[in-house]
This record gives sequence, C-alpha cells and structure tokens, in this order.
Amino acid sequence: MKVLNRKNLAILLAVLVAYGGIQAAIAARLVPPFYSVNLMLICVYVILATSLNLINGVTGQFSIGHAGFMAIGAYLSAIVSVKLHGPLGAAILAGAIVSAGVGFLVGLPTLRLKGDYLAITTLGVGQIVQVVFFNTNYVGGAAGFTVPRTVNWTWAFWLTVISIVIIHNFTNSTHGRACISVRENEIAAEAMGINSTKYKVMAFSLGSFFGGIAGGLYANYMYLIQPTTFSFLTSFNILVMVVLGGLGSMTGSIVGAVVMTVLSAYLSNFPEWRMVVTALLLIVMMLFRPSGLLGTKEFNLGFLGKKGESRAA
Amino acid sequence: MLLKLENLSKSFGGLKAVANLNIEIGQSELVGLIGPNGAGKTTVFNLLTGVYEASEGKMIFAGKDVGGLRPYQVTHRGIARTFQNIRLFGDLSVIDNVKIAFHQHDKYSALSAVLRLPSFFRGEEEMESKALALLEVFHLRGRAAEVAKNLPYGEQRRLEIARAMATEPRLLLLDEPAAGMNPQETRALMELIRWLRDNFQLTILLIEHDMSLVMGVCERIYVLDYGMIIASGTPEQIRIDPKVIEAYLGEEAI
Repeated sequence: MKVLNRKNLAILLAVLVAYGGIQAAIAARLVPPFYSVNLMLICVYVILATSLNLINGVTGQFSIGHAGFMAIGAYLSAIVSVKLHGPLGAAILAGAIVSAGVGFLVGLPTLRLKGDYLAITTLGVGQIVQVVFFNTNYVGGAAGFTVPRTVNWTWAFWLTVISIVIIHNFTNSTHGRACISVRENEIAAEAMGINSTKYKVMAFSLGSFFGGIAGGLYANYMYLIQPTTFSFLTSFNILVMVVLGGLGSMTGSIVGAVVMTVLSAYLSNFPEWRMVVTALLLIVMMLFRPSGLLGTKEFNLGFLGKKGESRAA
Repeated sequence: MLLKLENLSKSFGGLKAVANLNIEIGQSELVGLIGPNGAGKTTVFNLLTGVYEASEGKMIFAGKDVGGLRPYQVTHRGIARTFQNIRLFGDLSVIDNVKIAFHQHDKYSALSAVLRLPSFFRGEEEMESKALALLEVFHLRGRAAEVAKNLPYGEQRRLEIARAMATEPRLLLLDEPAAGMNPQETRALMELIRWLRDNFQLTILLIEHDMSLVMGVCERIYVLDYGMIIASGTPEQIRIDPKVIEAYLGEEAI
C-alpha cells in the first residue's frame, strides 16, 4: 500500500506516542493546569497557523483577518453547544461550516484584489466580525459568552492531527499545485488553464473552515469567550507564527505556532516584555532569515523511506 | 480555417495598439508574426489569450467565438502560449511546472486528494509519467527535480514550450522563443518547432526577431507595423517587399 510506507508508519507511531504519553500524564494527574491550558492553546494555534498558511503561504493571498474566522467558529459552536444543547462534534463542525461559508462569500469579491488591498479588506472583515459579536446580546455582547468545558486533550489532539493531514493532502495534490501556481505567477497559471479565482476562493474557504475548527476548540475549552479575544492582535499573532515558520511551509507553521505559544506562555508574567520579545524575534528573523525558519521547504522524514518514495507520499 | 481574426482592434485610451487586424491560419500551418518593436505583436497574443479584451472585432477559433473568455478558458479551448519575458513557476521543480499545466485534464477531485483515495494515486502516477515523457521529448528529463529558475536560459525557454504543450493545445503561440539563444540553440529550436508541428499536427503562430528562424521555419508571415498589417505572404515574398524592407528589415537584409 502506498499510504502505509515506512515514512507514514513512522509518523503515525510518533503521533500515537505523543498522544498516548500526554494522555497518560493527564490521566495520572501529572500535568498542572498551566501546562494543560498551553497544550490546548498549542493545538488551537497549530490549526490556525497551518490554515492561514494555506491562504497566505501556499496560495499567496495576503490575509490578516484570520481571527475573524476563528471568532465565527467559536461563537457558532458555542451557540450550538450551549443554546441548542448539541453534541460537541456537531457544534465544532457547524462553526467550521459557517466560517467556511463566510470565507466563501467574502473571498468571492475580495480575492480579485491583490497585495495591500486584499490585506486591508481582510483586516476590515475581521473587525466587522468582532463588532457584530460585540453588539449581539444573544451571545453575551461585550461581557462574553459562558461555555462549559467539553473539549479535552483527545478532542484537541485528534482534531489538530486531522486538520494537518487534510491541509497536507490538499496541498500535495494537483489542486494544491494549482494554488501554488497562482502564488508563483498568476498570469502564467491562467495561461496554463488554471482558474485562479476558483483556487483562491477554494483555499480561502478551506482556510476559513479550519480557522472555524480552531475557534470551536477554543470556545468549548476556555469557559468564556469575548469579542476582544478575536481582535486584530490575534490575527497578527497567527500571521507572525506563519511568517516565523516560513510562508508556504506547513511544518514551518507548526513550529512557528509551538514556538510562539510557548514563548508567550513563559512571558505571561512579564506582559510588558511580551510584545518587545516578539518584535525583536521578528526583526532578527527578517535580518538573518527573511524567508522564515524553514523557507518554503518542509521538514520531512524522507530519509526513513526508500529513495524517491518521499516524493510520491 | 483553425483561427480567423476579423477586424480585430485594441485601443489603450487614444492609442490604437492593434487596428483592423485580419489574420487567417489553417490547420497545421506554421505562421510568423514579425514587425518592429512596439508594432503590437504581443498585444495580438494577449488579445488571443484573453489577457486583454478586444475593443472591436471577432476571434473565431475552431469555429467558435473565443472573444471575451478568461485566459484559462481560452487555454481549455486549445490555445497555449509562451511568454516573451519567461514566466515559469520559478521556485517549483521542472516537473511540477509541467504537472500544473496538466491540471485541467486532472482525473481526481479535491476530496479524493484529501482522503487519498485510489483515484488520487492513479491520477498522480499518470501525471508523473506523462510529465516525464514530455520532458524526455524536450531533453529536460534529467532536470526534472531541478528548481526551474536555476536552469540555464535556453532550457528555461524550452521548459516554457514543454509546459505549454502539456495543456494539449491545437494552436501554440510562441512569443520570441529564440530570444537570448545562441545560433546553435536557435538551430535546435527550429528543429524542435518543425518536429512539434509534424508530430502533433500542431498549428503554430510565432513572434520572432531572429530572421534566420522566421525565414527558416515559417510557411507564411504577417508583418505588423503601428498595429496594422503591412504585408503578408511567403518568406520569399516578404524578403523583397519594399514596405517591409522600409519598416523593418532594412536594406541589408536583401
């Protein structure tokens, strides 16, 4: 079987060990709350960064409103689980689908814009989403929306794995290559028969979908969601993770998300230094490695498989 | 007639880049489009491929109007092109450049890619072998894994033609394919163009300043000056046409 080559089996083993180890530690009450919250945040931010990377890195459309889609996923899933008493899975899925729908509607007109214009528009969309939830009393307005904790490590971990696998499989297919060709040279992509609008909107909707999943996880873990959580700063934070890891590199986004989450966890006692360190990190990065930690390359385990196998996988 | 342009015009503001163009190209013909810089040659290509919309006139390709289509739709109809300033997907491998052009004939959906269904593996395998076969034809197979922007200039030009061929066109538009090539490379390119035409029953329209190539391979030539056709005919007729000599070729070419 092509799916079950040595490389994929090694990854599967590593994933199972990571899940089992942490799950066992949680069951044995060895993980203090500080760590379990940050493990959860790592999962949420890994999903957010990899999905934003699909839009910004793979397809080359500069979006800076990703927190808006996270907010839609968070609030919609909270409505389903709290107001409609739906099961957690249905709640998260509903949030993701609505988020993807909004992404599609927003993407259709705005993805005709390029560069700065698209960035400004997505920024505006993020703000609009935030303001809408601010002024909707049904979901608590500015005071916030109380949601019971139903997400546990198992949910967070496996949803993260599934998101990564789906985004990876999409990117490494002819459809993903079509997205990459739009990033590389839109005129040439069109001349090669690629419907650039279709693939931009597809990447944007898929990215919004997973942004919604991350929001759903967040809402059903954090007890309370407030519109201010999904501000421009959150969008910017996700973007920093993607840029830090290297635009276009999925493994880079994962590394970026983990590094930034751990960094802000340890700097949470010195909030005034958090932004300084983040900014310094970015400046040093841009000076010495402007393409990010991994550039557009992927960290892979190709050396475990036979020669040439890594390409086909 | 495979391609028929009727009174095709394009104005940019007050400037008429192309005016009342009438061109007819038959199946499997090899036709040249020449003229001084700024005569509107590339504009004709951009009109044909949907990059620009014509101000006036009609474009009939294979019996159907192709005016007003988006560039990717024109490609789906069977017109492929290369660019004067090479537009490869520079950061991608040579083989991925070709695979992207195969995309319109893809056999599997995004869903089966995500789920890694058997149709994904079959589709990818087929694409890989077709792409390698095509690269073989263009003597680029050994370069398959190389990043496109690292290829030498002549090979980049060849890769652009290979990529255009991957869309499986009926009409191939070549915009200055020999630009930047040395005489040996140009001769090899002439062989390649003839071979493509004979082997695929391909119709080719090419823009070129290298007269040895134009006179060597083209069966018919259109000469464009200030957006208008000033002459058309066989290379022999064009070579001695006084209007063409005055506008473009100069006295020395005789």
